[in-house]
Amino acid sequence: MTLQVLAIDDSRTMRNLLSATLSVAGYRVSLAEDGEDGLAKFDESDPDVVITDINMPRLDGFGFIEAARSRARSRVVPILVLTTESAPELKARAREAGASGWIVKPFDEEKLVWAIERVAATGGSS
Amino acid sequence: MEDIALETRKTFLEVVAFRVANQDFCFDLKSVREIRGWTETTILPKAQPYVKGVINLRGSVVPVVDLSERLGLGATDPGPRHVIIITVLGNQTVGLLAELVSDILTVAETDIQPIPDMIDETVRKFISGVLVMDDRMIRKMELSTIIASDGRGLG
Amino acid sequence: MTVDRDEFRESFFEECDELLEAMHDGFDRLSGQQDDEETMHAVFRAVHSIKGGAGAFGLNHLVRFAHHFETALDKVRSGKLDLDDELLDLFRQCGDNLSDLVGAAREGGDTPCPGTGTLNERLDDVLGTDGHVEDPEEPEFEPVVLDFGDFDLPGDDSGMSIRFTALPGLFKSGNDPVVLFAALEKLGTVEVTADLADIGDLDSLEPGVCAIRWTIDYSGNATEEEVREVFEFVEDLCTLEIEVKSPGLPDLDAEVPDLPADLLPSVASLDPVKADGATLDKGARPKERSGAKQDQDDRKPGGTIRVDLEKIDKLINLVGELVIKEAMLAQSIADLGPPSESEISVGFESLKALAGEIQEGVMAIRAQPVKPMFQRMARIVREAASATGKKVRFVTNGEYTEVDKTVVERLVDPLTHMIRNAVDHGLEKSEARVAAGKPAEGTVTLSAAHRSGRVMIDISDDGGGINRDRVRQIAVERGLINESDSLSPSEIENLLFLPGFSSASEVSELSGRGVGLDVVRSEIHRLGGRVSIQSDPGEGTTFSISLPLTLAVLEGMIIQVAGQTMVVPISAIQETLQPKSAAIHDIATGGRLVRNRDGLVPIIDVGEFFGFRSEPRDLDPHVLLLIESDDSHRYALVVDEIQDQRQVVIKSLETNYQQIDGIAAATILGDGRIALIIDPDNIVRGSGAKMAGDLNLQLAV
Repeated sequence: MTLQVLAIDDSRTMRNLLSATLSVAGYRVSLAEDGEDGLAKFDESDPDVVITDINMPRLDGFGFIEAARSRARSRVVPILVLTTESAPELKARAREAGASGWIVKPFDEEKLVWAIERVAATGGSS
Repeated sequence: MEDIALETRKTFLEVVAFRVANQDFCFDLKSVREIRGWTETTILPKAQPYVKGVINLRGSVVPVVDLSERLGLGATDPGPRHVIIITVLGNQTVGLLAELVSDILTVAETDIQPIPDMIDETVRKFISGVLVMDDRMIRKMELSTIIASDGRGLG
Repeated sequence: MTVDRDEFRESFFEECDELLEAMHDGFDRLSGQQDDEETMHAVFRAVHSIKGGAGAFGLNHLVRFAHHFETALDKVRSGKLDLDDELLDLFRQCGDNLSDLVGAAREGGDTPCPGTGTLNERLDDVLGTDGHVEDPEEPEFEPVVLDFGDFDLPGDDSGMSIRFTALPGLFKSGNDPVVLFAALEKLGTVEVTADLADIGDLDSLEPGVCAIRWTIDYSGNATEEEVREVFEFVEDLCTLEIEVKSPGLPDLDAEVPDLPADLLPSVASLDPVKADGATLDKGARPKERSGAKQDQDDRKPGGTIRVDLEKIDKLINLVGELVIKEAMLAQSIADLGPPSESEISVGFESLKALAGEIQEGVMAIRAQPVKPMFQRMARIVREAASATGKKVRFVTNGEYTEVDKTVVERLVDPLTHMIRNAVDHGLEKSEARVAAGKPAEGTVTLSAAHRSGRVMIDISDDGGGINRDRVRQIAVERGLINESDSLSPSEIENLLFLPGFSSASEVSELSGRGVGLDVVRSEIHRLGGRVSIQSDPGEGTTFSISLPLTLAVLEGMIIQVAGQTMVVPISAIQETLQPKSAAIHDIATGGRLVRNRDGLVPIIDVGEFFGFRSEPRDLDPHVLLLIESDDSHRYALVVDEIQDQRQVVIKSLETNYQQIDGIAAATILGDGRIALIIDPDNIVRGSGAKMAGDLNLQLAV
């Protein structure tokens, strides 16, 4: 089973990099450009994992996670926070909102995949 | 043994042979893009006399050089039987006006001989050697000298 | 397969342009109203995104400065720092520097720009830090690569016993013990045992509380740290005890060869990870996956796509061909002479309309708003203002006006020069302004608009206007005009465009020596544009530039001269005249003039200019095209016949030939033949010697 990953970032460059990196790593990818857009895609694409930026217009990453967590779902979808900030208080806030884990930018493919593997069952990936 | 070694080292090239002012010339086929019949040109003001003007080659503006005049053998009065050899040198496409294209020949580089004394002084600076085929003497033309003499292009 | 980030470099820099634009926009808005929270957030995000992207491409200088800058912006954003004029000015300078760093990085040099050091110090002052405080943040941006290659080294095998209990929050956070065990399995072999002892009756089960405790036997070559990393995301949501069973026990596998398969530890039936029955080898995590075929549709980002400029230009060329073919077809149809309501005529008309729309659409792809260029000019204004010590307000209008990409690019230099000129020479010093009853702060306005198929760009200042007496005096000193010449105000102003003219009495450092308005004029001219000046003493000066929308086609008048078909750009033609012998005057030096309105206009025969013929004695059967040259003088070009007026596709002559005096380019007409496009200004200048006296002659009448 190929995992469906939803990546949310307001930077086009980041979206492109995420999309390419995740696709190369074998995931199916959908993209959103801010929290609001992310919520719409979240409902629409029913992702297995979400990767979200924090600093975004309209609805930021924290807001997105809180809103996503309030959605009635049969399972709790893992959400990874993608951020340049590794400050403990930001992690704490993300955790409080319901984040599963975090990826500190800049990421490489290994790092990204390893983070996903720690929150989502990647099935027959071997 | 030596002969065989020489034989294998022989390199061949294809040349287009054509006639200008009743003399036979040729140059490397690799430089030729196509050969087309004469079409009326648009005259370029203040051009060298041997620049006959420009033609439309599928949307590109291509100048046409009267080879005869360029070689100092007199101006051509072009008619429907004349041909324009479209050549490419570097990034530049130029049409060359000739009387007719006679052959495409495969020759060994070793067949190209030094320019004999009997060749015209005016023509001499545009050719790099001669080929003797049957009873014909074919002058091998250096395109670069035709198109860019004195580094001043066609002007 | 790995991702080649270079592919994304260009799109990163394109995004940087947009982000920098948003940032500069934000500063403009902030200078108006200081408490705009959302704008501050937007500026912060722009800088933040640049930093994030720069990190991905290893542009460390850019990252460092952006981080420093962002930290200061964040202080303002979070209300810890007040944004006053001085701080906004510093931010603008930081913004400019960020633009420079991005520019340098784009050119391949991720190097600190000259101003970076000073700005860093000033940011430190604002932040109350001394630079070193920032250092701990920096390692964050060093890419952290997990080197799994090491795991392949033999002899590092170790065993660990891991006891794990999940706290309620673990499940709420979207984590799952099963997934964690699977991840651990990527580092080696795991055997999971569940301790169900704590599970009570169904009644006593609490939802969200996991009563199972796990013990995991791990063997593999990962370090304890690496094993802990598996649980990194849940370290606050679980209890984790790791006991290293055989620390440093070397080469067990190697020393006990050929162990029978049935002696190997079997997979516990409770192991949830082994559901698929696969036994994982210890060692590196797999890098290649099956099912890499991704759904292409899901990858589509946003509503824009990046297209190679070459592809667009190829398309534009093809559309050019289409226009030519259309003209050819029109001619053939006209030769056939079918009735206008016939199917062929009606069909051709709709084809023509369609081709026109396609052409417009394709041209629009190359069109870009002038806004980024205007923002560059904002910076020029700031720099010029600080160099001259003048206070300048910069106003832009019509920044979303779209112009061909190449035109925009080539307009940068002339505009830069004119903007500097406006600040340097146009605006008076504050004291002089106040004395003249004007606000101390001068205003420079840059506007763009579409007008009748062309783009108009105006650069105005509210300075003192052109000092005509001074201009006149300089022109006389330089021998450009005679002391006795009487010139209209507009003629005096246009003297500024003459080569070698410099209006400042002392050559200022800012505008520099050598580059004058004549260079500006010729560059604009090369773009098929025109420039003019209007000035009101005491009120200010406006430079107006008129440009074609595209460099691919032009509206042309098809003319005949000496048997040649040629094209004259409509933009150059003021009017056409049927010469009447009575209105033609011979002059002693051999030239001729035609009386038109209130003046006498020198006549130039196009046929003679190009060497096609000598000037015809009798002009009656000919037509005169009245054109105005760049320096606002009128000339009459003699041609034989006007045939048509229509759009022509511009073809370069220089690709295969060279530039010709008096010729701007070539085009292909309906009959498939090439026609040369005349450059009237160039003809006027090229006919120099004979017409040298024209200025005086014209003025004398």
